[in-house]
Amino acid sequence: MTHSEATIQSLDPKKSFQGLILTLQNFWARKGAVILQPYDMEVGAGTFHPATTLRSLGKKPWKAAYVQPSRRPKDGRYGENPNRLQHYYQYQVILKPSPDNLQELYLESLAAIGVDAALHDIRFVEDDWESPTLGAWGLGWECWCDGMEVSQFTYFQQVAGVECAPVSGELTYGLERLAMYVQGVENVYDLNFNGLDGDERITYGDVFLQAEQEYSRHNFEAANVEKLFGDFSRAEAECKALLAFGEQGDDEHHKMVLPAYDQCIKASHAFNLLDARGVISVTERQSYILRVRELAKACGAAWMKTEGAGV
Amino acid sequence: MSDLLLELFSEEIPARMQAQAAADLKKLVTDALVERGLTYEAAESYVTPRRLTLNIVGLPVRQPDQREEKKGPRVGAPEAAVQGFLKSAGLASLDQAWIETDKKGGQFYLAVIERAGAATLDVLAEILPAIIRNFPWPKAMRWGAHSAEPNCLRWVRPLHAIVATFGPETEEPEIVPFEIGGIKAGNTTYGHRFMAPQAIKVRRFDDYLTALGAAKVVLDPARRRDIILHDCKDLAFAQGLELVEDEGLLHEVAGLVEWPVVLMGEFDASFLDIPGEVIRATIRANQKCFVLRDPETGKLANKFLLVSNVIASDGGKAIAAGNGRVVRARLSDALYFWKTDQGPLPDYADKGKPLDQRLAKLRALNIVFHQKLGTQGERVNRIMALAREMAPKVGADPDQAARAAELAKADLVTEVVGEFPEVQGLMGRTYAELQGEDGAVAVAIEDHYKPQGPNDLIPAAPVSIAVALADKLDTLVGFWAIDEKPTGSKDPFALRRAALGMIRIILENNLRIRLGHEIGKMILPYFAQAKVHELGNIIKDINSSADASLASADATQRFSMETLRGHRERTLDQGQEVINRAADLLTFFADRLKVYLRDRGARHDLLDAVFALGEDDLVMIVSRINALENFLKTEDGASLLAGYKRAGNILKAEEKKDGAGAFEKHPEANLRIEHEEHVLAAALDRAEREAGEALKAEDFEGAMHALSKLRAPVDGFFDKVTVNSENADLRRNRLQLLAQLRRAIHLVADFSKIGGA
Repeated sequence: MTHSEATIQSLDPKKSFQGLILTLQNFWARKGAVILQPYDMEVGAGTFHPATTLRSLGKKPWKAAYVQPSRRPKDGRYGENPNRLQHYYQYQVILKPSPDNLQELYLESLAAIGVDAALHDIRFVEDDWESPTLGAWGLGWECWCDGMEVSQFTYFQQVAGVECAPVSGELTYGLERLAMYVQGVENVYDLNFNGLDGDERITYGDVFLQAEQEYSRHNFEAANVEKLFGDFSRAEAECKALLAFGEQGDDEHHKMVLPAYDQCIKASHAFNLLDARGVISVTERQSYILRVRELAKACGAAWMKTEGAGV
Repeated sequence: MSDLLLELFSEEIPARMQAQAAADLKKLVTDALVERGLTYEAAESYVTPRRLTLNIVGLPVRQPDQREEKKGPRVGAPEAAVQGFLKSAGLASLDQAWIETDKKGGQFYLAVIERAGAATLDVLAEILPAIIRNFPWPKAMRWGAHSAEPNCLRWVRPLHAIVATFGPETEEPEIVPFEIGGIKAGNTTYGHRFMAPQAIKVRRFDDYLTALGAAKVVLDPARRRDIILHDCKDLAFAQGLELVEDEGLLHEVAGLVEWPVVLMGEFDASFLDIPGEVIRATIRANQKCFVLRDPETGKLANKFLLVSNVIASDGGKAIAAGNGRVVRARLSDALYFWKTDQGPLPDYADKGKPLDQRLAKLRALNIVFHQKLGTQGERVNRIMALAREMAPKVGADPDQAARAAELAKADLVTEVVGEFPEVQGLMGRTYAELQGEDGAVAVAIEDHYKPQGPNDLIPAAPVSIAVALADKLDTLVGFWAIDEKPTGSKDPFALRRAALGMIRIILENNLRIRLGHEIGKMILPYFAQAKVHELGNIIKDINSSADASLASADATQRFSMETLRGHRERTLDQGQEVINRAADLLTFFADRLKVYLRDRGARHDLLDAVFALGEDDLVMIVSRINALENFLKTEDGASLLAGYKRAGNILKAEEKKDGAGAFEKHPEANLRIEHEEHVLAAALDRAEREAGEALKAEDFEGAMHALSKLRAPVDGFFDKVTVNSENADLRRNRLQLLAQLRRAIHLVADFSKIGGA
């Protein structure tokens, strides 16, 4: 293989995982989105990134796209399930206000990564999105390609307890699934990561299999429960303290939303780990979710008093 | 006459909301038109994932003119009254009013207001935006830049275009002039999203339908369903297989496509180790695909049918392959769940066999069954105790019944049931078999939920019956105890189904159970629980009064006596409440039984007649009803019923004078003077004795037969004897004889509740 062939394959969305990501980045950059980098914290979904949660609030227009590593401790399968991972990548697009041609834009992005609408069955199947922990909900669909859910498409109606005005459109692509689809592989660990062949080929398994095994052990067996309960309480207390600090002496403006929101994210992740450890009963579960939601709502309310929300 | 074509073109409407939306659109628009005097010949609505369409045929082009008379003040009334009249009638001066004369000769003003009917086009322009704005979607949303404005348009998903044309068949129709949420009504629609996305100009329904057909849109959901079902059966047949029909799924998939194309996919045969119901649930819930079975063996085949929305350029190969991959992935998940459920459960591995471990987890998690009825664990304990008690009555082994009840809910915490709640019971049974439970126990775990509906089979094996009855009775008594009964169309806990299920199990298995007795026994503990709480309050009150005693010993004593008296009264009230609720539940059973019997063509008024006796054994109730029905069909029976009614009417009238129960003493022999009185008295004594003996032997036919012998003496009595004799003693004695007749007949049924005759 020549050097230039290798370059093409390593950027080809149908040949490499990274090519898929780079194609989406280019596509949305051309559509005027700010291309951000992942948020540097453990989150359950791309929605948690403040570029979505907080930026979807208020009247200022906003367009952004980014990859977000997402952690769902309970979905760990010790690397033995071909489809489930406790750590995976989402590609997140947020457009405020939602453009009238959002569905067409989305289909155009699928075409860009090689999903041909003349050959495949692309469908918008009802799926109302709700995040109890974020105090958020929206209406939209799961987007199916030949029966596989490859994206989530949502018109946000409320986030962090705040009514969205205007409404944002959110697209979330499940990158591994999409890549498995376009590469035609049945096991996520067989995905070609860098698009090269032979000795130079790096698979998803080369990069992540060991991590999945170790983190599954961690999430289900080893994570210290006492420490996690402590993490949760400390993050909760810190979030409240920071919010109180930020509103000192001024009812109209808030000066410390982002750091407070980080603590909300921390509490949420601690909860997810505790849930994976199976130490939270059904009734307690509700109360933990409620506690995180209270933090998220307080952050949302505070954000509405900042420049970011157009104040 | 003109026609209206209305199409609301949007992003994908959820399948489950489509049918109702089409019905709502038709009703709202036609109602609004009729209300404004515009009747029509025909109206039909249609729906696809992207459009909601209404076609109204034969509307007049104008509303009829309206004439209204408005009565004004009398001639010569004060100026203020005259001015008010002119203003309200819209007249400039009294010259425009008529003067009329009323009956008394007084003169008054009358305004005649004539309103020319508006053009239907204008009426439509007024009503359509209001209907769109207030459309009753179960959930509606805002979108786009408009969504920042207050009172912006809401729709189920973003609305993009509106077609609204109105005109006669022969001419170019007009566009109904309105605009809503920045969308102007017009005559442009769009074809299939992928196969024919271009704009289409339309005039009226027939060219619209044709154009859509050409643009790969089947407008009528019923036609899409027909196409899907037909193609599914054809494809299955070609492979020597049979479609597992699924009406709910058919409706759903017909709501997901505008142009249905059925394709066949397959999965690895090794997945067929998973129970068929789980495979079906997986493929149905996640992939919305149909499964197929081998008509020879009845077992599932490793093939499935999917309904796609496009004619793909490769004939659907990629689509079928893609769906196959997803189905395989889903089945790997199901296989993982299925295997996991059979293995040890972390943290509960020392709690016995796999299902016992799940039960331990169910208990430990304190999963709430209902806020006021405690946890699932507590419920399992109650059902176990009750199943054990029921067992001997239904011929089941008590230990087996208790074991089945113990494991009956354990599958709720298995992975498979967590994923697919519809296979609850079935999974419990399967896992029970795998861990070596007795066959009767395993079957009971599945069958205790039965019957799930009026056409479902009832459990047949004794252990299953014991657990099924215990489960349902526990549910019913519990919800009655906390006063959560079904009302109107609301029955969130399916209590009607539970009661009907019990009735079927009891009757179809001929089980002898005193329902009232069982309900009474079970409902008590719920109040006993409340009583424990009450006791706590008493102790608290006494303690606090003891504290108060430091201040005044006298006051303390008075206080605590009053408190205790209050508690005693509340306790009595609660006792009464227990009786009321138990009786109410029994009445609920009677009502359900009535529905059950009516469905089988039996006379439900006979149930009232039998139920009034206080019978609570369903089998006895039904055999009494059957005997009664047969008896009433005979001449003796019909005639006796007439005699009974006559006696009853006389008694009712006379009891009004002498007081209720005035004639219940046994009549005296020495006050009989007519021959017919002697004959009837003797016949009554014999009939009461014979009927009583027959009833003891549960021989209702015999009891009826004994009563039938009363017919001739009763007829003779009424022919010859004047009941209301002038002699007070004779009158009383004759009325007592009639009261005895009534008592005798009430041995088998309260004939006063029987209609007709």
